Amino acid sequence: MGRHFDNELRDLKFSLLAMAGLVEEMVELARQSFTERSDAKADRVIALDHNVDELELSLDQACIDLLALRAPFASDLRLLASTLKIVPELERIGDHCTNIAKRVKFISAYPHILTAQQIEALGEATHSMVKRAMDAFVNGDAELAKAVIADDDLVDEIYVQVSKDMLQIMLQDPSAIERASHLIILVKNWERIADQATNIAEEVLFILEGVNVKHPYLQKRES
Amino acid sequence: MDLNERPVIPEPVPTITEPPRAGEAHILSQQGTPLTDRAALEAPTMVSVKDLNLFYGRKQALHGINLEVGKNTVMALIGPSGCGKSTLLRCINRMNDLIDNVRIDGHVRVGQSDIYAPDVDVIGLRMRMGMVFQKSNPFPKSIYENVAYGLRVQGVKNRAVLDEAVERSLISAGLWDEVKDRLNESGLGLSGGQQQRLCIARALAVKPEVLLMDEPCSALDPLATSRIEELIFELKRDFTIVIVTHNMQQAARVSDFTAFFWMGKLIEVGLTEKLFTNPRERMTEDYISGRFG
Ligand SMILES: Nc1ncnc2c1ncn2[C@@H]1O[C@H](COP(=O)(O)OP(=O)(O)OP(=O)(O)O)[C@@H](O)[C@H]1O
Ligand SMILES: [Mg+2]
Repeated sequence: MGRHFDNELRDLKFSLLAMAGLVEEMVELARQSFTERSDAKADRVIALDHNVDELELSLDQACIDLLALRAPFASDLRLLASTLKIVPELERIGDHCTNIAKRVKFISAYPHILTAQQIEALGEATHSMVKRAMDAFVNGDAELAKAVIADDDLVDEIYVQVSKDMLQIMLQDPSAIERASHLIILVKNWERIADQATNIAEEVLFILEGVNVKHPYLQKRES
Repeated sequence: MDLNERPVIPEPVPTITEPPRAGEAHILSQQGTPLTDRAALEAPTMVSVKDLNLFYGRKQALHGINLEVGKNTVMALIGPSGCGKSTLLRCINRMNDLIDNVRIDGHVRVGQSDIYAPDVDVIGLRMRMGMVFQKSNPFPKSIYENVAYGLRVQGVKNRAVLDEAVERSLISAGLWDEVKDRLNESGLGLSGGQQQRLCIARALAVKPEVLLMDEPCSALDPLATSRIEELIFELKRDFTIVIVTHNMQQAARVSDFTAFFWMGKLIEVGLTEKLFTNPRERMTEDYISGRFG
C-alpha cells in the first residue's frame, strides 16, 4: 500500500537532486575555467549561483512543510532532517565555486605557475568527492559515503602541500605574489568544498544507518 | 582584491568536561545530549512481565511477553488494533480474571509481589493500580463521590480524610479549579475532557502505584489531549504509568519507553527517542511510518 507521503518525499528528493546536479555542474565548470583559463566558463559558474540559491529556498520550505504536516518518524524523519542539512552544504559549495570563478578571472590573463597541476588535482579530487557524495545519497550506498569521507584526508594533504609550494614561490619571486595570493584563496575554496562533500557523506550515513559519524572523539563507545 | 567572500568563522572549540562513563554511555544521544531523564534509565523495576502467555479459550492473544517498566517512568504500548495491548494492560491489574475462559501462564510482578501467586488479594491488588479507559466512565454520582469512590470502597468514612483526598486528586488531575465550586453536581455534567480528568482523579485518589491508561485521549480534542499529556508528565513524578495509544505523536511526546506489539508478540521495546528515530526492527519502522500492510 503506497502512501501519498511517499510521492511527496520522492518529489523532495528530485528537487534535492536537481540542486545537486546544478552544484556539480558548477564544480566541474569552475575546475575547467581554471584549467582552460576560460573567463566564459567562470562567468557561467557565477550565473548559476542564483539558481542554486532559489532551489535552496524552495527546498527549505518543502522540508519544513513536510515536517509540520506529515509528522514523520524513523527513516522518513532522518531523510527530512538530513535534507535540511545537505541543502545548505550544497549552497555553500555553490558559493565556493563562485569564489573560485572570481579568482580565475583575476589570474586567467597570466600563465600557469608552478603548482597548476597540483591545483588541478585538487579540483579533480574535490569534484569527485561531491559527485560521489551525491551518488551515495541517490543509491543509498553507505560504502561509497564512507569512501568519500576517507578521501577528505587526501584533499587536505594536497591542500597543505600546495599552500607550502605557493609560499615558496612568493618568497622566490615577489612579482608572483599577487597571483599566488589569488591562488591560495582559490585552493582554500577547493579544500572547503571537499569538507562540504564530507559533511554530505556524513548525512548520507545518518539517513541510511541512523548513526552519526561526526566528531568521533565525542561519540559514545559501544558498550 | 575582491573581498566578497564570506568571512571565515573560527570554529568553536568544544569543551569536554569528561567523557561519558561506561554505564551511561548508552543514554547519551549521538551529540551527547540526553533527551530522556537519566533517572528513567536507572529506575528500579516497578512492573515486570515475564514469559507471559495468554489464551482466550483456544486462541492465544499474548505470546511469551517479557517487559519491564521502571518506577516513575512512562511506558507506551503501541501496535495495530487487535495486537494485544489492552489484553496486556489488563494482565497488570488482573482485570482479565473478570473474563471467562482466560488462561494465563508466566509471571507478572508489581513492586515486590507476584500478582498471579495463589495467595494474592486481588481486590487489594487492584487498589494499587489505577485504570483509565478510552471512554470516560464517570459514575452517575456527584463529582465529589466519583473521586471518593475508591476510598469509600476501602471503608474510609472520615470526612476530613475524604475531603483531603478529593481535593488532592482533583488538583493532581488538573481539574480542581474548574470544579471546586460544584463538587456536588453530577460528574456526567462535565465536558468529555473534564470527565476524563475526573476519571484520572478517581484513579489517583487511592494513591495507586501504577496508573494504567488505555487510549485515554482518543475521544478528546487537541486541547484536552494536551492537558492530559501535560498531566502524564506531572504524574510520573509520583506514579508509574503504562499507556496504550494509537497516536504515535502522543507516544513520542509522553513516554520514556515504547513497546511495539504485533499479533500478540512484543516486537521491539526501547527508549522512545530511539524507537521513533531509528527503530531496530523493520516492522516497527513500517508501523510508525504508517506503511503497514
Ligand atoms: N474478551 C475477549 N474474548 C476473546 N477474545 C478477546 C477478548 N478480548 C480481546 N480478545 C482478542 O484478543 C486479541 C487482542 O485484543 P486486544 O483488545 O488486547 O487488542 P488491542 O491491541 O487492545 O486492540 P485495539 O487497539 O483495537 O484496542 C484480539 O484478537 C481480540 O479479538
Ligand atoms: Mg485496546
